[in-house]
Amino acid sequence: MSDITKQSLTELVENIKNKKLSSTDVTKGFIERSEKSGELNAYITDDFSSALDKAKKFDQKPNFNLKLPGIPMAVKDLFCTKNVKTTAGSKILNNFVPTYESTVTKNIWNEGAILLGKLNCDEFAMGSSNETSFFGNVQNPIDKDLVPGGSSGGSASAVAGKLTPITIGTDTGGSIRQPASFTGTVGLKPTYGSCSRYGIVAFASSLDQAGPMAQNVKDCALLQEVISSYDPKDSTSIDFKRNEYSKELSINIKGKKIGIPKEYRVDGMPKEIENLWQKGIQYVKDCGAETIDISLPHTSYALPTYYIVAPAEASSNLARYDGVKYGFRAKGENLIEMYEKTRSEGFGAEVQRRIMIGTYVLSSGYYDAYYLKAQKVRKLIKNDFDEAYKKVDAILTPSTPSSAFKIGEKTNDPVSMYLNDIFTVPVNLAGLPAISIPAGHDSKGYPLGLQIIGKAFDEQNILNIAFAMEEKISFKNQINDWWIK
Amino acid sequence: MSIDLKTIKHISKLSRISVDEQRAKKLAGDLNSIFDFIEKLNELKTDNVEPLTSVAETTLKLRSDEVKSENIREQIIKNSPQDNKDYFVVPKVIE
Repeated sequence: MSDITKQSLTELVENIKNKKLSSTDVTKGFIERSEKSGELNAYITDDFSSALDKAKKFDQKPNFNLKLPGIPMAVKDLFCTKNVKTTAGSKILNNFVPTYESTVTKNIWNEGAILLGKLNCDEFAMGSSNETSFFGNVQNPIDKDLVPGGSSGGSASAVAGKLTPITIGTDTGGSIRQPASFTGTVGLKPTYGSCSRYGIVAFASSLDQAGPMAQNVKDCALLQEVISSYDPKDSTSIDFKRNEYSKELSINIKGKKIGIPKEYRVDGMPKEIENLWQKGIQYVKDCGAETIDISLPHTSYALPTYYIVAPAEASSNLARYDGVKYGFRAKGENLIEMYEKTRSEGFGAEVQRRIMIGTYVLSSGYYDAYYLKAQKVRKLIKNDFDEAYKKVDAILTPSTPSSAFKIGEKTNDPVSMYLNDIFTVPVNLAGLPAISIPAGHDSKGYPLGLQIIGKAFDEQNILNIAFAMEEKISFKNQINDWWIK
Repeated sequence: MSIDLKTIKHISKLSRISVDEQRAKKLAGDLNSIFDFIEKLNELKTDNVEPLTSVAETTLKLRSDEVKSENIREQIIKNSPQDNKDYFVVPKVIE
């Protein structure tokens, strides 16, 4: 029983299907471990008692044809869950109970999974270290006082710490891949339009995408096939033929052409990251793929572009938090004062900063100089990828320019914090799919990730490359359960 | 380029977020360092580039005009910070 939480999602599904384990056994196992893991601060809201009821109900009338039969799962607190508080890590939504379910979570429950609780994240997914959450920072299970990355920090911490067999996050500029890299887990940011944004608290609508975070590539593929669906409720959802990613997973990547972009070799990048990248190149060659040097000339413009586009969209999306219809309200003498105080007290410092940037770049006299300029550079960045994909099938890069850093290390310098996403942001701007897989450790023993970027809608291809590399890398996460009470 | 306190106050008003003097100074510092970093985009000539507004290459789909309301007014009102059963309540607007 004690080793239930050590099993992968694929193993748990197998064991429930052949009745070696019941959903109640599995759910109890993860609840018990989650209850002992308060110090990680991975949960904002738990739903344990209701999860146990649902597990018992499943066991009374099991349906083994489902893809996630009776599997307990905690999710990022950015997904609206009907009748379960959804905060987006913000004081302003501290008491918000959605009246509807996000499409992505609905897809998950329809396949038999059970909600364990809602996981901590940076406030409105704005952050790269999970330090902007109103509910406190999250600890990385790898080491005490180490950030788990962000914004899906609670999700990464919960998967690495085995508080949930698998989870979902959202990725606007790297919020799935960077925390996956920092915690030695696998994270997939799908193609824009493949997973519905309906019911996800909006940050930057042209960039936001939900995706799976898992212990291994096969689990990740299985959850991706569950969450990816065409949804008329999201006007940017795209109707394309979706694979059964886990069934079609293959380590055969012989003859695949993999691009190595020279612009990702940035100044000041630690030698360890370069070495890891070289190892990755060797691994894909060992798998029979061919590597080709390519150029993505506008790479260094991606982050400045992102810090115009994302805050601009955020300032517009977050205009709805006014203290009238839901959420926190501060007292004011009149309506305007009520708005201003509500937003001043309800939003944290980073969210206010981004709303201000966004408001400024959209304001009269600055729109063309900033917002329009950024949209044009965004086009150039996308063109770089389109050009590269005439020659290659996928692109291999490091996931992050460093391993996880200490809590508090970068909080006073927003630009140094933003630089964390230097390798992940271009993918969001171009709407492409990309996966981060754990590929080694640095000298401190902290995990490092490699990123595989694919063509739009080519999730199967990058999952296959990741699957083949995973076998060669045989990564082991070094976790000693230091937080268990 | 430099963002001064007057500009911060103006943006604060536009974004309906009140900031005190101390916070405004901090924001001015932060925003200046962020915009220094953003200015890099001016290195690029983009006169003949079409702006990219969406990566989703899809056109908006039409749907039939049907009422799908679940009549959940009570549940929605429940989330309001100051409820009055039937309405959202705000501070007095007209004297």
